[in-house]
Parts: sequence; C-alpha cells; structure tokens
Amino acid sequence: MFYKVFKTTLLSLFAAAVLIPSSIVILGTFKDDLEIYTKPLALPKHWSLRNFQTLIETGNVFTPFKNSVIVAIFSVSLTLLFASMAAYMIARSTTVTGKFLFLLFALGLAIPGQVNIIPIYHLFVQLHLTNSLLGLILVNIALTLPIAIFILTAFFKDLSREMFEAAAIDGAGHWRIYRSLALPLCRPALAATGIFLFVICWNDLLFPLMLISELDKKTLPLTLIDFRGEYATSYSMLFTAVMVASIPMVIMYLTMQRTFVAGLTAGAVKG
Amino acid sequence: MAFPAFALYSFLYLYPSLSNVYYSFHRWDGVTKPEFVGLHNFAYLATNDDLFMKVLGNNFRFSFIVVIFQTLLALLFATFLLKNTKTTIALRIVFFFPTILSSVSVGLIWTFLYDPNFGFINALFKAVGLDGLALNWLGDGKYSLYAIALTQIWFHTGQMVVIYVAGLQQIPQELYEAAEVDGASRWQQFKSITWPMALPTTAVVVAYTTIQTFRAFDLVYSMTQGGPLNSSDVLVTLIYNTAFSSYKWGYASAQSIILVFVVLLLTYLQRRTLRINTGEK
Repeated sequence: MFYKVFKTTLLSLFAAAVLIPSSIVILGTFKDDLEIYTKPLALPKHWSLRNFQTLIETGNVFTPFKNSVIVAIFSVSLTLLFASMAAYMIARSTTVTGKFLFLLFALGLAIPGQVNIIPIYHLFVQLHLTNSLLGLILVNIALTLPIAIFILTAFFKDLSREMFEAAAIDGAGHWRIYRSLALPLCRPALAATGIFLFVICWNDLLFPLMLISELDKKTLPLTLIDFRGEYATSYSMLFTAVMVASIPMVIMYLTMQRTFVAGLTAGAVKG
Repeated sequence: MAFPAFALYSFLYLYPSLSNVYYSFHRWDGVTKPEFVGLHNFAYLATNDDLFMKVLGNNFRFSFIVVIFQTLLALLFATFLLKNTKTTIALRIVFFFPTILSSVSVGLIWTFLYDPNFGFINALFKAVGLDGLALNWLGDGKYSLYAIALTQIWFHTGQMVVIYVAGLQQIPQELYEAAEVDGASRWQQFKSITWPMALPTTAVVVAYTTIQTFRAFDLVYSMTQGGPLNSSDVLVTLIYNTAFSSYKWGYASAQSIILVFVVLLLTYLQRRTLRINTGEK
C-alpha cells in the first residue's frame, strides 16, 4: 500500500515537472507577457499568432534556422560517412594498425572536446574559418568522430565475419563490401548514431559562441542567447523562439521515437 | 579507408590537444608571441588563485549533487517503469522528452520558472502559502548553483531512466520470483537483487553523468553566465571567460589541462570502485 502511494506520487510529480513547463511554453507562444505572468497554465484568451509574426518581422529567425539546418545536416552526414569508413576498416582489420587507430580515437572519448577551445579558436583564426559555417561543420565532425566510430565499430564487429569473407572470395573489394554489404546492414545503427549526432550539433552553443559573431552566420542556440538579452523579460517572445528552435527535434522525436531513444542511449552507454 | 577520419581527427582534435599542453606552459594573450614560463601557470593556479579554487569547488558540488540525485532518481523510476505496459511506456516517453531539447532552450525555460517576480515556481509557493520559499533562485549566490543542478537533473533523468530500464530488463525474472516465494519484501528485493545486478549499468550512468557535469557550459551560460559573483561558475565557463574576457590564453589552457586531469582521475576512481563492487578484476 505504502509502496503504491509512494510510486504513484513520485511518478506523477516528475511527469508534472516535465508536462507543466512544456505546456507553459507551448501555451505561452500564443499569449502576451501579462497573460503568461498571471495565468501561465490557462488556455490563451485569444489564439493569437502575433508572437510568431513579431519574431519573423523583427528577430531574424529564418537565417539562424537555415544555418542550423545546414550545419547539422552536413556535420552529421559527413561524420557518419567518415566514421563508418573508419569503423569498417577497424572492425575488419587483422593487423595492429586497426587496434592502434581504435585506441587513438578512444583517446578522444576520454578528453572532453570542450577543453580544446583555445587551440581550436587560434587555429581557426589562422585558417580564416571563424564566422564560417564550414568551420562549425569541421569542428562538429572532429568532435563527434570518436563517439561515432566507437558505436559503429561495436556494431560492425557484431556482423558475421564469414559473410564478409564470402563476399571477398566472390571477388568484391573493400569498397564494394563496405558499400553494398556493410552499410545497408548497419542502417539501424547509422540512423541511431545519426540522431545522436544531430542532437549534439543542433544544440551546441559553445563553439558557435566562440567562432561566430556575424549575424548572418549565427545558429539557433546563439540566436536564443541574443534574444535573452534583447527581450530581457519578454517571455512570450522567448517562448516563441524556444518553440521554433525545438520544433524539428520534437517532430523527429515523435515520429522516430524508437530510433531517437536508441541513439541517445547508445551514445551514453558507448561513450 | 580510415584516412579521412584520421586526418580530420588528427588535425582538429589531437593537434589542438597537444597545442593546449604547449600553451599551458606559456604566458600568452592570443595575439603576441607566447612566452615560456614553465610551470608558473600551474603553480599560480594551485597557490594563488582563489577564484579557480572556488570554481573547482563549485564544479565538484554541482557534479556530486547531479550524479547522486539523478542516478538514484533514474534507478528508482526505472524500477517503477520496468514492465512494458501502455502507462509505463507513455511515462518513459514523457520523462525522456527534456533530453531532446537544447540546453539553451532548457536554460531559458527554467529562467522563467525561477523568475523571482513572474516565475511559476514562486507563484506556486505563494499559492500554497509558503511565501518564505519564494526566493530569488538564480539571482542569489546562495542558491544559483543548486538551482542549475536541479535543472540539469530535470534535463537528463529521463535519458538515464531509459538506460536503466534496458539494464534492469536483463535481470532474470526468476530471481524475483524466488525472492517472492521466500517472502522477501520489496526493499529486500531491491537491496539484494536489483542494486547488485544493476551495478554495471550504474557504472555507465555515473561515468556518463560525471563527464557531462564537468563539460557543463550551455546551461550555466544561458541561465546565469556563472553569476552572481561566480557563485554558479563551473570550469568550462571559467576557462571560456579567462580566454575570451581576460585574454589570458596560456592561463586558460593550464586551467583546461586541470579539467582533463580531473575528468580522467574521476573516471579512473569510479571504474576502480565499481569494479571492486561487481567483483571484476
């Protein structure tokens, strides 16, 4: 009896802790500030789209949105490509090179990428890669390669060796086996890893904050930080901006819920 | 085939890591030529820098609170949500939801919730007559770090629940049935079956959370920027400010080397402790 009450109470409390703030934000996008302060959880008096309109007219949300999409898509697809190639080579290697490479990438898992902000900034200034989306993409790839290689190598190692050997006997080269056999077989792992990487790239603040200062190169998290200063306590505008920044993730989460959870937990477990 | 990954990784990860070590032995403002100062930066950090010690302490406290509460909460929720029913699956989806939001979004949402005048939390306290608890959560140095820790726990508990559920579902059901037959209480079952069997998962969750809390930047930056008076500063926000506000680049590099050591040391200690507990060698 006590257990049941304890369990129900705790679960309800945490569910409420998630659902109430989410509702406040979603409902708040249709309200003005006063209504948010006085009745945060009530349905809006008028379902007005004025906040969205203001956001589009004044704050430049399209450009950061577009930048975030470009950075995330290129970072994720290139990381997946390079990581799967390296993982395939490491998993199939019988020589010491494969082991060495794996250890080298494992080093990247031990050192958090955030500690390298100073040398990376300095290097990027010299290479004229600040204020450049290409720069952000390169940083993202370099920082997420170790974890992606780690997850994918584990997956490739689970595939049967005989199958690859049979393909090799039939005369298929490494490239051919990688493209026509290994990649299609690891599609679920690629999808899960891809989502994990997408969340990282879409949400990153530190590197854009450091590398980007021009308005037309800013990504969404950076724009949200700017909004915080600009609309200091205009929560209706902040909520609307948060909503716009989160919509792609929410849609992906709701439609690909399984892959999402698999990706974000694999990332944690393997990392 | 590993060449593109190897090249990019060497150039943008390994090489910067090595330069970081090099810079840490220099006095450098990022513009002029770095001047070699030996171990001076480290000596200064260890003996003269009260701010660094304060922030190091902050980060340890932040990490400790988040690791303990988030892990226990996630384990508890996972035992509640272990069976696959409609309700438990729905609840897991709800609990996991914050994980998909960006740290900046979470930071902004919680800035509102904590707002001393208009925020939801204080409104709630006032509504139930606890006006004394309606505090300035982020604006008062006594609470700011803990307020951010709570946000972090809200943010990632659901992710850990899912990891625990996967781990706990591996435990053979017969163990519980046998314990049930022997009349073991729920608490005894938890203590003698769930906890020891879940130790490998706990090791993973604790290690991941520790690293996550020492990498923390986005949430702190978007909620308090480390303030008021550095009360909520953590290592990465400090390093960022040392480099980009004070332009002490060599010094910031030295700070980040300490961060690497802290993370490696903690990871090593945790592995050792948890290995002893699981009886592995």
